[in-house]
Amino acid sequence: MSAEKLHEASVSLVLDLEGVEKSFGANKVLQGVDLSIRAGEVVVLMGANGAGKSTLVKIIAGVHAADKGRIELEGKPFQPSTPAAAIRSGVCIVHQSINDGVAPDLSVAQNLLLDRLCNGETELFFRPGRARKQAAAIAAALELDLDLDRPVHELNLADRQLVSISRALAQNPKLLILDEPTSSLSQREAERLFAIIDRLKESGVAILYISHRMSDIRRLADRIISLRDGTITGTFEKPLNYEAAVHAMLGHAIEVTGQQVAQRGEALFCASDIRLKPTSDPFSLVLHRGEIVVLTGLVGTGKSALAECIFGVAKPAAGSFELDGIAFNPTDPGDAIARGVFMVAKDRANSSIIPGFDIAQNLTLPFLTRFSTAGTVRLAREKQSARAMIDALDVVCQSEQDVLSALSGGNQQKVVIARWLSQPSKLLVLDEPFQGVDIRARGDIGTKLRNTSDQRATLVLTAELDEALEIADRILVMSNHTIVGEHLTADLNMDLLMSQISGATAMAPSEIESLQSTYRN
Amino acid sequence: MPESPKAQPRFRDLAIRYGFLVLLLGIVIFFSIMEPAFMSLRSMVFVFQSVSITAILALGVTATLVVDGFDLSIGSVAASSMMAASYSMVIWGFSSVEAVAFCLFLGLAVGLFNGLLVVVARVPDLLATLGTMFLLLGLQLIPTAGRSIAKGMMLPDGSTATGAFDKSFLYLGRHRLWDILPVSVLIMLVLALAIWFFLEFTRWGRVMYAIGSNELASRLAGAPVARYKIAAYMISGVSASIGGILLAARVGRGDVSSGNNLLLDAVAAALIGFAVLGVAKPNAFGTLIGALFVGVLLQGLTMMNAPYYAQDFVKGAVLVVALVFTFSLTRAVRR
Repeated sequence: MSAEKLHEASVSLVLDLEGVEKSFGANKVLQGVDLSIRAGEVVVLMGANGAGKSTLVKIIAGVHAADKGRIELEGKPFQPSTPAAAIRSGVCIVHQSINDGVAPDLSVAQNLLLDRLCNGETELFFRPGRARKQAAAIAAALELDLDLDRPVHELNLADRQLVSISRALAQNPKLLILDEPTSSLSQREAERLFAIIDRLKESGVAILYISHRMSDIRRLADRIISLRDGTITGTFEKPLNYEAAVHAMLGHAIEVTGQQVAQRGEALFCASDIRLKPTSDPFSLVLHRGEIVVLTGLVGTGKSALAECIFGVAKPAAGSFELDGIAFNPTDPGDAIARGVFMVAKDRANSSIIPGFDIAQNLTLPFLTRFSTAGTVRLAREKQSARAMIDALDVVCQSEQDVLSALSGGNQQKVVIARWLSQPSKLLVLDEPFQGVDIRARGDIGTKLRNTSDQRATLVLTAELDEALEIADRILVMSNHTIVGEHLTADLNMDLLMSQISGATAMAPSEIESLQSTYRN
Repeated sequence: MPESPKAQPRFRDLAIRYGFLVLLLGIVIFFSIMEPAFMSLRSMVFVFQSVSITAILALGVTATLVVDGFDLSIGSVAASSMMAASYSMVIWGFSSVEAVAFCLFLGLAVGLFNGLLVVVARVPDLLATLGTMFLLLGLQLIPTAGRSIAKGMMLPDGSTATGAFDKSFLYLGRHRLWDILPVSVLIMLVLALAIWFFLEFTRWGRVMYAIGSNELASRLAGAPVARYKIAAYMISGVSASIGGILLAARVGRGDVSSGNNLLLDAVAAALIGFAVLGVAKPNAFGTLIGALFVGVLLQGLTMMNAPYYAQDFVKGAVLVVALVFTFSLTRAVRR
């Protein structure tokens, strides 16, 4: 092959999308997405939760069909009707959840051949010797250094991931899609993955890499594409401007709206020298009565880990909490609740709602002691309280006896929030309270939080900057499991905030302290 | 059937809610017409008596089902409790109060053991209680070297047992209050009422249902999930031991082969209970009706001279119908 021809091949488009649209019901998830990936190129797709990343990937992978738009694979129209068809055409995906990509009870060799087995491309009888030879050939080609006879469940996560990726590569893909592949890998394990990706690039595979981790993106990206609310909000070629990419992902026209003037009270909750992981940097924070503090940062930077420590689900690696001037070390959520620390957990379907219970029963669950006499639940009192909370938060329902699973997502979330607002608290932590909530419900929830905030400290965790700016008095930025910046919403330096979120600049600890001390006075 | 689109869901709701009760009523009427003696008080009391032990076990299993657990050991707990009552009275010479206390303690201990296996050792519930079931089936045979226990029995060391079943103990299984109501039926009704009240109206019952529906959410709402789960297995264990006491009092000896069918019958009753009132969840009222449903069916068929060996088939058929009702019809409407 001549050098010229080689060059031509390396710049040829592998995947080309134009004007792809997709709706689920009234919800327009993708509104005209253009995307192209060349051979031997790593394109990083960035997008916040609900931006449409996974829908886009599912369309390319043949899980969903696009409503509108043109998709071409190597210049030919591409409309895979099933995931298997997409794989046959050379599009392979490694999913975020590692265990989705492997069959844990089978050996490494059998896993490598799994797609062939499932496609019925093998002979009638499974011949272990032959299969092992085939698997060994695949492993050698990919330089996979693992014992082929070991069952996969004996491998650590990183090796499982390698098997999962190798399995995809055994199909000789033209396009490989990696969905947050490093989310459960250590730095060293990730480095191994990057080396494999480098080799694939050289061999001309096109790679679509979905991640929030700035370190991955810096290491790998040839091009960054930011997706927000179903549209491409930015395409960044080399030299890459990471901050602009984060900006494009988080908010198109972020405006600092209603500056709240909080009636700040005394310090209510203090965290001192907290280390969320043994290796992460320590940080401290103080929350005051009456203020709403938003802790923001990309997904997976440790926000939820902090919330879990405060609520007694987990213990920090080091450091101490103080509530109302008294040491606070909750042994479990029940203990935290009894001491007046409430948490609205993220992912309401799994961690908040009792689907079979009605609204009233969901509202009173943590406070049943207060609603019962001699162990018997006072149904009339429960009903009365439920009605008051339904009115207070404008929950759309027929009555307080509606089963929760019959409500819309936004209304379910209102019920969850109402649960924790129904009784007075000292500290209320809300972890991604606006997830999967439409803009109106979001407004209602924000207003209600603000109106009830004067007697407690409120800490809201969110990766979405718009939401943070809407309700915050003060914004803290988390990166790499530590707090790297602090801003008063009233005088916000947006550029600095952005660069802190993307992990580029951390405030020096002394700066934070001075900010905190000016704030205290 | 010409029905307005509005009326249809309401009819369906009603059918789901009361379908099983109407079916039960229909069966009772059918048997009364075919066999007039069926409706007599004696025959009705007999139905209640025949299901009383099954129902007591089923009520216990309902408590574990509520927390999304399962207790397969109830049958062997009942059998062990029967053997323990017999052994303690015949060989150790316990009084009836001591024997009953001993059995209840045994039931609580087994429940605690099951609970710890599930919660602390993290063994899946079905497997944990299956293990306990086996353990007890074997354990109850060891003290008597595999023999049944009766008054004046020969002991493994060659001597003769000196104790006997206390009269007041046998009273539990054989006496009829006012010459009509068997004590075991009364115990069943009281227990059913107690567990129904506990599950439906107390905060503890409420939390148990919450744990069964979404364990993580309950934990994050402050519920001490582990303690509740252990408690559920202890309720199950103690109910099963009560069943065993009544069984011992009824037969008046410690029979090694008794209680074989108890597990399946009790589990069936609790599962049929999901369908009663169409709530698609374990509940005490449903469990009692489920047990009675099977009892009525068997009594009627027996009076109509159906062969005894058809009994299990009939129970199986009822269970399958109830399960289909619960899982397809009810769920379809919920959506």
